[in-house]
Amino acid sequence: MALQRNTGVAALRALPAVLPAARTFASQAGWFGHVPEAPRDPILGVTEKYLADANPLKMNLGVGAYRDDSGQPVVLKSVREAERRVAGSHFMEYLPIGGHRQFCEDSAKLAYGEDAGVVHGKQVAMIQSLSGTGSCRLFAEFQGRWMKGSKIYIPSPTWSNHHNIWRDAQVEEVIYPYYNKETKGLDFERMCDTLSKAPAGSVVLLHACAHNPTGVDPTREQWQELSKLMLEKRLFPCMDMAYQGFATGDCERDAQAVRIFLNDGHRLALSQSFAKNMGLYGQRVGCFSIVCEGPAEAKAVESQMKALARPMYSNPPLHGALLVHQILSDPELKQQWYGEVKEMADRIISMRTLLRQNLEALGSPHRCAGRLAWVSPCCCVCTSATRSCCGRMDEPWAGPTGSWAGHKRPLRRRSPRPAAGISSGQGAAPHSRLRTCPTCAKPAHPGRCPVLAPCVFRGPCHPTRIPARSWQHITDQIGMFCFTGITPEQVDRLTGEYSIYLTRNGRISMAGVNSGNVGRLAEAMHKVTSS
Amino acid sequence: MAQGPAGTPSTARPRQTGRKPVASGAHSAIDSARSPQVIIAPADAILGVTEAFKACTNPNKLNLGVGAYRTEEGRPLVLGVVREAERRVLADPRQDKEYIGTGGTPDFCRLSTTLAFGEGSRPLQEGRCATIQGLSGTGSLRVGGKFLAHFYPVKLVLIPSPSWANHKNIFERCGLATQTYRYYKPETRGLDYEGLIADLKDAPEGAVVILHACAHNPTGVDPTPEQWQGVLEVVQQRRLLPFFDSAYQGFASGDLDRDGAAIRLFADAGLELLLAQSYAKNMGLYGERVGALSVISSDAAVSKRVDSQLKATAFGMYLNPPKHGALLVTAILSDPELYAQWKVELKGMADRILSMRQQLFDALQEVGAPGDWSHILKQIGMFSYTGLTKAQVENMTNKWSVFMTMDGRISMAGLSGTKCKYLAEAIKDSVENC
Repeated sequence: MALQRNTGVAALRALPAVLPAARTFASQAGWFGHVPEAPRDPILGVTEKYLADANPLKMNLGVGAYRDDSGQPVVLKSVREAERRVAGSHFMEYLPIGGHRQFCEDSAKLAYGEDAGVVHGKQVAMIQSLSGTGSCRLFAEFQGRWMKGSKIYIPSPTWSNHHNIWRDAQVEEVIYPYYNKETKGLDFERMCDTLSKAPAGSVVLLHACAHNPTGVDPTREQWQELSKLMLEKRLFPCMDMAYQGFATGDCERDAQAVRIFLNDGHRLALSQSFAKNMGLYGQRVGCFSIVCEGPAEAKAVESQMKALARPMYSNPPLHGALLVHQILSDPELKQQWYGEVKEMADRIISMRTLLRQNLEALGSPHRCAGRLAWVSPCCCVCTSATRSCCGRMDEPWAGPTGSWAGHKRPLRRRSPRPAAGISSGQGAAPHSRLRTCPTCAKPAHPGRCPVLAPCVFRGPCHPTRIPARSWQHITDQIGMFCFTGITPEQVDRLTGEYSIYLTRNGRISMAGVNSGNVGRLAEAMHKVTSS
Repeated sequence: MAQGPAGTPSTARPRQTGRKPVASGAHSAIDSARSPQVIIAPADAILGVTEAFKACTNPNKLNLGVGAYRTEEGRPLVLGVVREAERRVLADPRQDKEYIGTGGTPDFCRLSTTLAFGEGSRPLQEGRCATIQGLSGTGSLRVGGKFLAHFYPVKLVLIPSPSWANHKNIFERCGLATQTYRYYKPETRGLDYEGLIADLKDAPEGAVVILHACAHNPTGVDPTPEQWQGVLEVVQQRRLLPFFDSAYQGFASGDLDRDGAAIRLFADAGLELLLAQSYAKNMGLYGERVGALSVISSDAAVSKRVDSQLKATAFGMYLNPPKHGALLVTAILSDPELYAQWKVELKGMADRILSMRQQLFDALQEVGAPGDWSHILKQIGMFSYTGLTKAQVENMTNKWSVFMTMDGRISMAGLSGTKCKYLAEAIKDSVENC
């Protein structure tokens, strides 16, 4: 029967159907009626709500994509130039499964060092991947297949998608302590303690720099200690490096953790992303590598990496790799890029400084108790302490052993007398009397605040400076994100009352902060945390 | 200087100063007593052919391996519309490199489903089609497979025999069982229709069935419209779930609607189904990895939930799809002029393939190759299952430097008019002497 040139369906419809054109669903709801709505990714949900908000003063501090000082997305000049060179000049043939080879080598040198022995010695198994996510997913699958029985140790907290990635690859996770809520810094001791108990062969996920979401990174010494600990305990490092260059502005410096581990002789896995440091978010370009014993092992491992990539997407996208290769292989463009990355990092750092300064200018950087403070067990803000017992509101906190500089004895307070039960600056303090914390409704005891305990009491009646909310962590932390310490309820107020959008864990993307909105942000943060 | 394994350069002396040698505590990726030794994976059969071709020094060599279009001069081709779309995207001042949504842009998805299912398609109008941008055909199949493994009660995928090798790989990687159904009949070098229907009738109710929408890979053998009707009936009877792989729409016959007829037949019959679309061949966007996955369900509310699950699966795999290729596709499909030009260029590619088939057939007659070669004309699309045996294929490669896959598949796209005679001679020699 000759095939008709017109629409094939018409020909088919002309034939009688055996069954009536009724639906053939397994049930009224078909095969998929039972499929539930997937839980929303918290970060995306924030952006969606932001977009729906009509307030002209709204701020999006949710997703970690860089913005310039006018709040606009940025395409780097070096990227634009690379784009111009690449457009119209190349075929769009399939890349090999492992991707663009020169791109991989450029990436490996950027991460491991231009002269890295492992790269020149062909000891690194590497394939181009779909940005950081794709690299992590490939590693998770590799771990599931070739490191059977090993668990992934994931820091708490971490980027939410890390959990999805290893779960979808069916690798069991164990959480290790990382962030210390009280100090808003690294809980190095507990981290090492947990890791030292991990069975040999366990894989440990580490953020190479600019930890997401906390911005808290180990110091150089801590990295060195961790490296030795992991060697001793035979733990396998998986480094996620999504912000090389973006943290300090210096690519070499940001890779210090990788270099330390490499120099100590670790065999490690590395996930590299060019989404942030080259602004190539949508191009999905990254590199996944594993440092192996030697070239033979590297070949075998690389072939298995490809075997995982093939049934996932066959071969990686071309365009982003071409752009990165252009930039990294051309000395001038590379220099230009280094400059642009530094600019981005510098702007972030300056926003951190501005935000902290604004916050500290707004409220007292500490509250002078002048008398006993009632501290709540739930948070670091002593909300029951009033503001101006001694009237000295603007002296910088001189630290736990600092004296009241220029202030030998408490002045007469200017504020109304406190309610009965709170002592004055002198005299015995009724520190045994219980009060209720307005924030968590738990009994508030003097000197029990876990944050302030080291700073607070040296004696029951000793008038003490108690730091109110300290914002030092804003400048101590590094990278795109700041873990403010703001509670979920306070976050809800920021969003509801001020149209400031951030994730409920209190993480803000500093990239969304600019000189135009930092003042308003500081005010809002101050308001919700001080009432 | 210590030697590594024989013949390999030593890695014991690093170039970086101050670097310590490998510490005894270093834990290799494959060191754990519990892990099997990482062995080298077998080379990919299809891509291996191209590598062997590159290494060959015979000036008459012919690469009939990988399925990427080649011009008459044997060069890759970037379509004129794609170059134009590239120029427009580059020149657009609003263009940025921001993340796109996990499911791709709504425009891209809408344009893709219209292309596949047709303008007036009922599932589209009723909001029953959930679509996400996928990483070309492979990525779309993978996300679809993962979704089914998670939510679909029957964990069995029926794959035609033969099929693209990666199908089995993909679905098994999703944790699904695979089984073949009869498709190709070596005796006729055509469709084993009776075998196909019998195997589908025998399949467990609800099994997933992979259907090549057109231009079956690797055989080039497609059902006729009547046969598609028969397949539809047995799918309805056995309540099988069709999963279409559409990698050649427009590339097979040169006509987008005609090549989409099978998909539309099933969609318009009210079935739930899945579709993986690729723009690799029909827009020549191979390396940009652009495609789409669609799931048609029973109603709009279900479809919304399905959509969220597809996105959740993609999220944990690659967060969001690559932007560049999708921008090109959107530019072409949404602009009437570019769309019209694309159809012309697409037909041009399909016509060249059809002409190669004719010329090869004629050459085979001329040289007097034994046997019936009419299947070269009856088969459609980029590939042809010649019917050559393994021994014959080896002869083709070793003696004549004609590179093709061991199953006797040739890529018509790799052929040019001037080479048809040479190829015909090679075939004649192999058939007569091996």
